[in-house]
Amino acid sequence: MKQILIALVEDKPGVLNRIASLFRRRNFNIESIVAGHSEVPGATRLTIVTDEEERLRRNVIRQNLLKLINVIDVVDVTDQPCIIREHALIKIKSDGATRGEVGALVEMYRGRIVDVGTRSLVVEVTGEPRKLDSIIEVLSTYGIIEIMRAGKVAITRGAENPTDNGDLHLWKNSRGKASAAKATNKGGVL
Amino acid sequence: MGNNQRTLTGAEILWECLVREGVEVVFGYPGGATLPIYDAMSGHSDKVRHVLVRHEQGAAHMADGYARVSGKVGVAMATSGPGATNLVTGIATAMMDSSPIVCLTGQVATTALGGDAFQETDITGATLPLTKHSYLVMQVEELAYSIREAFYIARTGRPGPVLIDIPKDVQTASTEFVYPDDPIDLPGYNPPERATDQQVNNALELINGAEKPVILAGQGVLMSGAMSELNQLVEKATIPVATTLLGLGSIPASHPCNLGMMGMHGTAMANHAIQEADLLIACGMRFDDRVTGKLQTYSPNSRKIHIDIDASELNKNVRVDLAINADLATVLRQILPGVKKRKRSEWTSQIQEWREDADQRDVLRTDSPVLMGAQVIRTIREGTSDDAVIVTDVGQHQMLEAQYYTHEQPLTLITSGGLGTMGFSLPAAIGASFAVQEREIWVIVGDGGFQMNMQELGTAMQEGANVNIAIINNGYLGMVRQWQQLFYEARYTETPISSPDYVKIAEAYGMPGYRVERQEDIRPSMECARNHPGPALIDFIVEKHDMVYPMVPAGAGLHEMIRRPHPSQVDAVKVE
Ligand SMILES: Cc1ncc(C[n+]2csc(CCOP(=O)(O)OP(=O)(O)O)c2C)c(N)n1
Ligand SMILES: [Mg+2]
Repeated sequence: MKQILIALVEDKPGVLNRIASLFRRRNFNIESIVAGHSEVPGATRLTIVTDEEERLRRNVIRQNLLKLINVIDVVDVTDQPCIIREHALIKIKSDGATRGEVGALVEMYRGRIVDVGTRSLVVEVTGEPRKLDSIIEVLSTYGIIEIMRAGKVAITRGAENPTDNGDLHLWKNSRGKASAAKATNKGGVL
Repeated sequence: MGNNQRTLTGAEILWECLVREGVEVVFGYPGGATLPIYDAMSGHSDKVRHVLVRHEQGAAHMADGYARVSGKVGVAMATSGPGATNLVTGIATAMMDSSPIVCLTGQVATTALGGDAFQETDITGATLPLTKHSYLVMQVEELAYSIREAFYIARTGRPGPVLIDIPKDVQTASTEFVYPDDPIDLPGYNPPERATDQQVNNALELINGAEKPVILAGQGVLMSGAMSELNQLVEKATIPVATTLLGLGSIPASHPCNLGMMGMHGTAMANHAIQEADLLIACGMRFDDRVTGKLQTYSPNSRKIHIDIDASELNKNVRVDLAINADLATVLRQILPGVKKRKRSEWTSQIQEWREDADQRDVLRTDSPVLMGAQVIRTIREGTSDDAVIVTDVGQHQMLEAQYYTHEQPLTLITSGGLGTMGFSLPAAIGASFAVQEREIWVIVGDGGFQMNMQELGTAMQEGANVNIAIINNGYLGMVRQWQQLFYEARYTETPISSPDYVKIAEAYGMPGYRVERQEDIRPSMECARNHPGPALIDFIVEKHDMVYPMVPAGAGLHEMIRRPHPSQVDAVKVE
């Protein structure tokens, strides 16, 4: 099973670079990494998927991430109940003759056709990675031109926020002068 | 100093902040991208001394040496581009040995960044994996915060190098300056402190129940200031202590429980004890491959406790039964009351046997007509007080120093352990001399390594740094030659190395230089050197083919040591 980590990091320039550099240097493999703004102002949340199988080594990965100064928290949610989703845009060969058929298939996967050309169309679909694999396989009979898959995003089930154990509000509230001065630095994040 | 708002330039803010951090000395070398900083220095030169190095690598090692002996943050400064890249080896050296330094680099203007401007290097990018943290300061308003955070990060937790890259226009831009006094704002950085009660109980159960325990003392003992706690544990429970190279001095060498150094060139008794132990208590060390040998056969019958401030070291190389991520001194204080008094006479008498065997094989027993490196080092030991600071380079002489210079006090050995950086010793010693001006400092360096950063003799002279330099001159890159002798059928490819006349070099720099080829001249030359204020150099011409024993070949188990032959066999094996 893949290791799934959720990380909350400071929204500062070069943070993703630090994380990527760490994985390369420590000889850990990133399978996918997705970053975006979080509910905490000034913090970005990431879902990182690695192919590490072994428990102790997984912990070493987590501890190494935590060691980065700008990483606020990292939790390994591999063994927790989670919703895991992936998003894909799939461009396939299709003309008037097959368009209807494709439309019906895409509907079964709760996907959408988001662009139609004379010889191609683009399908958008979201779901568990297995569902994406499946629709891609089905659509491949028409001829796939291009696939764009975003990495996995994960969120735990239940009311808890695993990367905010309650003390993050201290940070949010204490960001007085320091953040005022730093606010001038737009960052451009990762 | 009041906190009144004033308009200052970035360069002025930099010096202001350094003064606030208590910086006494900056090791640096100027250039185009640091001109504003140097120009603003004059206003602070009564508080901060600048030492002009001869190569920026020297600046980083000096900051490192200063930091290691004082526990304070060392500061190095370089211009952009080549100045900054010259720091890199020094930064990597500090990183591997957890030495707190802050490196300040000039950078091309923010408007030119990314355009391959003259002397632009992406130094924060280049040093990303070599620093504990780094900053590229894009706004003058951020500068004071970055400097404050950098010093805090460098010296707390597991210490390490932090780099601050400051573009030239940030140095010249002005802002209303108020020294930041709000709490440091680093939500992701919280060095751990205490062990949990559960961990304390588990540790006590293991320690009190062990018959053949061994403590592995690393540099963490020194950095955490846990010497007295360690000593109490050792004496209460009679637990022998093996140290890492950087842990030497964490227990007095003469302590009856001291086993000496462990690992590749460790003492046979330390390595045997580790292999035989039923409990290892690893204190602030990281199970480097040079201390474990082959992991599969490492201390096979022991339970293991690992205490380290860096969580990512726990279970990294060696799987342990109890991992405690906390400050070592704190943990030891937590467990001490529960530790049972023990004598362990069986275990200690076993160790005594190993000790006697080692004494028998001692190189000092051979009355060789040529000078032996070990003799030089032992004689220096006999002639110096316990608080003398020894700074070694990398190679055979380094291992001989670790074996034969018996360190009685903490923080008396400075050496590049993790990176093994040749050329480290002279600049590191110069740096250290600014922290411990009243103490004697000796550089012990090979003929190879000395030639790597010899230019810093100029810095030593210009600053009047009181360092005594002992070159252990064997005409070889000795440690590499040793491997060639043992593992490459004595094909000495590119390891013989010539030297200039070091006495003349010393004289050319204006310092006294001596050449010593006989045992009886070691001590007198030493006295000349130490009585001379400022730097002095002695070129000890030693046995070319000396070997460092014991040796655990790379990839072998700790018990598979190549030993120095017994005295009866010496003539038979002597290599010429
Ligand atoms: C910068 C650097 N380059 C190469 C090495 C590899 N190396 C390790 S020990 C050694 C030989 C050192 O020779 P010398 O300084 O004469 O010391 P000796 O071993 O002879 O005492 C070498 C080349 C190194 N450690 N550092
Ligand atoms: Mg040599």
